[in-house]
Amino acid sequence: MKTSVLVFPGSNREGDVAQAIELITGRKSNMVWHGDGDFEKTDLIVIPGGFSYGDYLRCGAMAAQSPVMTEVKKRAAQGVPVLAICNGFQIAAEAGLLPGVLMRNENLKFVCADVHLKVETSQSLFTNRYQAGQVIKVPVAHAEGNYFADTETLKRIEDRGQVAFRYCAPDGTVDGTGNPNGSIRNIAGVFNETKTVLGLMPHPENAVEPMFGGTDGKALFEGIVDALS
Amino acid sequence: MKARVHVTLKNGVLDPQGKAIGHSLNRLGFPEVGDVRQGKYIELELAETDAAKAKARLDEMCRKLLANTVIENYSIELVG
Amino acid sequence: MTIATEKNPPVKLPNEPAITPKIVADHGLAPDEYERLLKIMGRTPTMVELGIFSAMWSEHCSYKSSKVWLKKLPTQAPWVIQGPGENAGVIDIGDGQAAIFKMESHNHPSYIEPYQGAATGVGGILRDVFTMGARPVANLNALRFGDPSHPKTRHLVSGVVAGIGGYGNCMGIPTVGGETNFHAAYNGNILVNAMTVGIAPADRIFYAAAAGVGNPLVYVGSKTGRDGIHGATMASTEFSEDSEEKRPTVQVGDPFVEKLLLEACLELMATDAIVAIQDMGAAGLTSSSFEMAAKGGLGVVVELDKVPMREQGMNPYELMLSESQERMLIVLKPGREDLARKIFEKWELDFSIIGRLTDTERMVLTWHGKVVGNIPIPPLVTEAPVYERPWTLTPLPAVLEASQVPTPRDWNASLISLMGCPDLASKAWIWHQYDHLIMGNTAIRPQDGDAALVRVPSIVTGAVHKGLAMTSDCTPRYVQAHPETGGRQAVAEAWRNITATGARPLAVTDNMNFGNPQKPEIMGQFAGAIMGMAEACKALDFPVVSGNVSLYNETEGRPILPTPTIGAVGVIDDIAKAVGSRLTQGGLAIVLVGETRGWLGQSLYLREICGREDGAPPPVDLAAERRNGDFIRSEIDARRIAACHDLSDGGLLVALAEMCIAGGTGVEIALPPTSVPSHAFLYGEDQARYVIATGTLDEVLDAAKGAGVPAVLLGYSGGVSLTVKGLVSLELDDIKAAHEAWLPTYMDAAE
Repeated sequence: MKTSVLVFPGSNREGDVAQAIELITGRKSNMVWHGDGDFEKTDLIVIPGGFSYGDYLRCGAMAAQSPVMTEVKKRAAQGVPVLAICNGFQIAAEAGLLPGVLMRNENLKFVCADVHLKVETSQSLFTNRYQAGQVIKVPVAHAEGNYFADTETLKRIEDRGQVAFRYCAPDGTVDGTGNPNGSIRNIAGVFNETKTVLGLMPHPENAVEPMFGGTDGKALFEGIVDALS
Repeated sequence: MKARVHVTLKNGVLDPQGKAIGHSLNRLGFPEVGDVRQGKYIELELAETDAAKAKARLDEMCRKLLANTVIENYSIELVG
Repeated sequence: MTIATEKNPPVKLPNEPAITPKIVADHGLAPDEYERLLKIMGRTPTMVELGIFSAMWSEHCSYKSSKVWLKKLPTQAPWVIQGPGENAGVIDIGDGQAAIFKMESHNHPSYIEPYQGAATGVGGILRDVFTMGARPVANLNALRFGDPSHPKTRHLVSGVVAGIGGYGNCMGIPTVGGETNFHAAYNGNILVNAMTVGIAPADRIFYAAAAGVGNPLVYVGSKTGRDGIHGATMASTEFSEDSEEKRPTVQVGDPFVEKLLLEACLELMATDAIVAIQDMGAAGLTSSSFEMAAKGGLGVVVELDKVPMREQGMNPYELMLSESQERMLIVLKPGREDLARKIFEKWELDFSIIGRLTDTERMVLTWHGKVVGNIPIPPLVTEAPVYERPWTLTPLPAVLEASQVPTPRDWNASLISLMGCPDLASKAWIWHQYDHLIMGNTAIRPQDGDAALVRVPSIVTGAVHKGLAMTSDCTPRYVQAHPETGGRQAVAEAWRNITATGARPLAVTDNMNFGNPQKPEIMGQFAGAIMGMAEACKALDFPVVSGNVSLYNETEGRPILPTPTIGAVGVIDDIAKAVGSRLTQGGLAIVLVGETRGWLGQSLYLREICGREDGAPPPVDLAAERRNGDFIRSEIDARRIAACHDLSDGGLLVALAEMCIAGGTGVEIALPPTSVPSHAFLYGEDQARYVIATGTLDEVLDAAKGAGVPAVLLGYSGGVSLTVKGLVSLELDDIKAAHEAWLPTYMDAAE
C-alpha cells in the first residue's frame, strides 16, 4: 500500500501517522509538501493533524485553499481513499470533501484525553476490521473538534449511514458524558457519500502500540490495508 | 482603498465564546446583558479604486476564505 | 561600508536624549556600574550603547549576584557533553545520541500577561534547545501560584495553562510532566518555569561561538517589533503595584512561526552551512550577537537598517533591545548564503544578512551607513559587575517530634482532606489542556508515574528502544525552613522520581527562583540552597548541566518561598522494562522500602490537618538515597517490580492512595511492628523511601537484605478500597472524587 501524507506549514502529527503506517505496513509514506500541485500515484492520501497556518482565521481554512488540495479533491473524486485526521478533518470539511464543520470545543479548552468511540458501521474500507457497535478507546487532542451541521445535512448523513464514529461512555452509551467537545449527536467522524473519504477528530495513529496508548486504533489501518490489497 | 469585513456566526449556530463573554459580563455586574454573539473584524488595504469592482472581489474573498458560509455570515464596508 | 574599529565616538541620532543620571537609573545601572561603563568606553555612551550595557549587565543576563555561588555546583561527569554556559546542557545517552535540555523561568511576564507570558516562556526554552541542533521531544513545567483564595489566582492559573498549551500544542511537542503548587507567598509573584528536552545526534551539536573573520551574520525568523523592550531589565527588578502598567512591553508569541523556524533550522542544520547559531531571547539582538562574538573572541559589524522590521520608525536602540519572539542569529560559512536563504524562504520566514564577523573584538553598529554604536567586547564581559553579596544562612529550626503533633481525629477524613488539598489534588484539569501524546512516544503519562517517560526511537531497526525519564521537583516549604536541607531534598527527590521508573538519573537543570539578593537573608537562602544542591549532586553523580536564575521575586518587600526548581533527565536502556506508579493488579505484595522515622516537621499533614507550618524539614541522608535508589533500579531491571512510587508530600498513605486511584486497584495493609506513632508512620515525610508492588516478594526481600536496604511487607493489593487495619477504610471512588474535584470546581467557580 502506497501512502501519501500531506504536509502543510504547521502540520505536526504527520510523523505520528507515518510512524503508525510504517509499523503496520512496513512501508514508509511519501510526504507531500502543500505547495506541490501534483504528487506520485498513491493508494491512500492522509491529511494529518496539526495547526496548519497556526489555525489562524479558522482551522483548516487556509490549508483548504492550497494547491495540493485541488489535486486531492480531484483524486478523491476518482475514488482514491482519503483519511483526514483532526486538523486534516477540519481541512477536508473546509475544502468541501466532507459535510459539516468543526467548531470551538464547547468548554473553550484544548482537550487531550483518551475517549471512547462507538463504531457505527463496519461497511467501509476504513472500518471493516471493526464490528458495528464495537467500543474502542483512542485519544483526542484538539481545541476545535465540536462537529456541527445543519438539520438538513444531519438528516442526510444519518440516513445514508455517513456517521463513522460517535463519542460514547466506556459501556457504549451515547450520551453527554463521553462527549469531549460538544459535537452534535456525539459525532466524532464522518464519511463522504461514497465512504471513500473519512474525517475524524480522534487519533487512531496514537493508539497502535500497547505501551503507547493501546492498540484500538490499529484495526483502522489494518482494515485499509485489507481493503486496498 | 480600505475595506472592513465583519464575519459573524449565523443565527442558531452555537457560539461558546459569545456565551462565555455574556456570563462574564453578567458576573461583573452587567445583568442587563442578554445574548452575546462574537465575531471577527478584518481590515484590508486594496489596490483598487473602483468601489463596485472592489466589492465584487471582496465578496469572492469572503466566500472563498474569510468566512465559512456553512456557519458564518459576512458584511463588507468600503472606506475612503 | 566603512568599518569603524577606532574609538571615535559614534554619531548621535536626531532627537537622541542626553544621558542623565535619571536615564542611567531608569536603565537599572547603579552609579558605580555606570562609572565602570565610562571607564570602558572612555566617553559618554550613546543611548543604544547605554541600552546594551544595561541589558548585558542586568541580573538576568550577567548573573552578577549568583555567579560566585553557581560555580560551586558540580557540572562534570563522563556523560556530560556540554555543561552550563551554552543555550542548554548536553548529555550523552548512548548509541550516538545526545539529550539536550534546560529549564527557564518566565515569571514576571506571566504575572503581567499570563497567556502570552507563559506562551513565550515555552517558546523561548524550545528555541534554546533546538538552537543546539536538537528536535524537542518533551516539555515540562513547574508552576507556583498564590493562595487559591487570592482574587488574581484563578485568572493567572487559567491564563498560564492556556498559554503553555497554546504554544506547546501548536508546536507539536508533548507536554508530559511538571508540578503545580499554591502558596500565599506567590500571591504577587507567580513562578512559571518551563523545561524542554530534545534529542540530537551526539556528533551534530551546534554552539554559539562565532568563528571565521568575514563570515556573514544572518538574521532569520520573525520581523522585529517593539515587543518587550527592556524585558531583561524588567525581570531583574522588584515588582511594585504599578508594574501592571508595563503591559505594552510584554512579548506576544507566534507558535506557528516558531514551528516553521524549528523545521527550517533543522533542515539547515542537516547541511554543512552553519558555523554558529544562537536564538534571540532576553535582550534579543544585543545578547545574541554579543555572546556569539565574545565566545568566538571576535568582533562584529551589525547593519541595523538591514534587520527586518515589523513597525515603522524603529530606531537602533529599539532594534537592539527588542524581545520580539521567534528569531535566530546564524553565522554561515562563506558561500552558503543562497542555500540557507532558499530553506528559509521555503518556510516563508524572513532571512537577512545583517552583518559580518571582524577581528576587532568590537561591536560596531551602523544605521544607514553611519556608526551609531562602537563597544569593545572583552571588557564588557571581563569587567562586568560581579557581587559577592552579604548573606546570612537560615538557622535550622527546632526539630518537631511526632509526639508534639496531634493524631487525626478522624483518619478517613484526614486522608480525604489531604488528597483534595490544592497541592495534592489531581492536576488533570491542567494537563488535559496539554497535548501529552503527540509524537506517539509517551510511555508514562502525567499522574501515571513519578517521572514522565518518552521513547527515544532506536536508530537501529529491530533494536530495543531507550526511554528518557524526566521530572521537575522542589519542595519550597522545606527550602524556606532550611535552605541547605531543601536544596538537598529537591535534588534527591528528582533523582528518586527518575529512579522510580527504572531509569538512571543522569543530569540536572536548575531554575533558581528567589527574592531580592540585596537582602542578606535572601542571599543566605540562595547560598544555602546551592550548598545543599551541590552536596546532593556530588553524592548522587548528578551534575548540573544548565540552568537559569530568577531573582527579585518580591512584591512590596514580600519575597516568594525560595524555589530552586530541579529539572532532571535519566535514561532507561530498554523502555519495555520501565514501570509506572499505577496499581492495576490484585494479589501483589506491597512493600515499603527505606527507613521510616516518622518525620512530621514541615509535612503536609502538619500544614493541612494541623494548620501549622513549622519544625525542621526531613533530613536527607544521601548515602541512604543512593543505596535505596540503586536497589529499586536493579529490582525494576530484574522485572521484579510491577509498580513503584517514591514517598514525598503526604508520606506513605498519600502515596498508596495515589497508586490505588491511578490504577483502580485497592490495597489492604497493616502497620508493621514499630515504635513510630501511627500518624507519623503514615503521614511522615522521611526521605529515601519508596513503596513498591511486587509479585515476587521473597526475592525482593532477600535482595533488599543483601543490599542493606530496609524493606518491610505492608500488605497486598486487591479490591476497590484502601484499608489500613484499624485506622483507615475508604472506597477508592470516594478518594478519587475528592482528589479530582478540587481543581475543576475551583476553576469553574468563576465561569
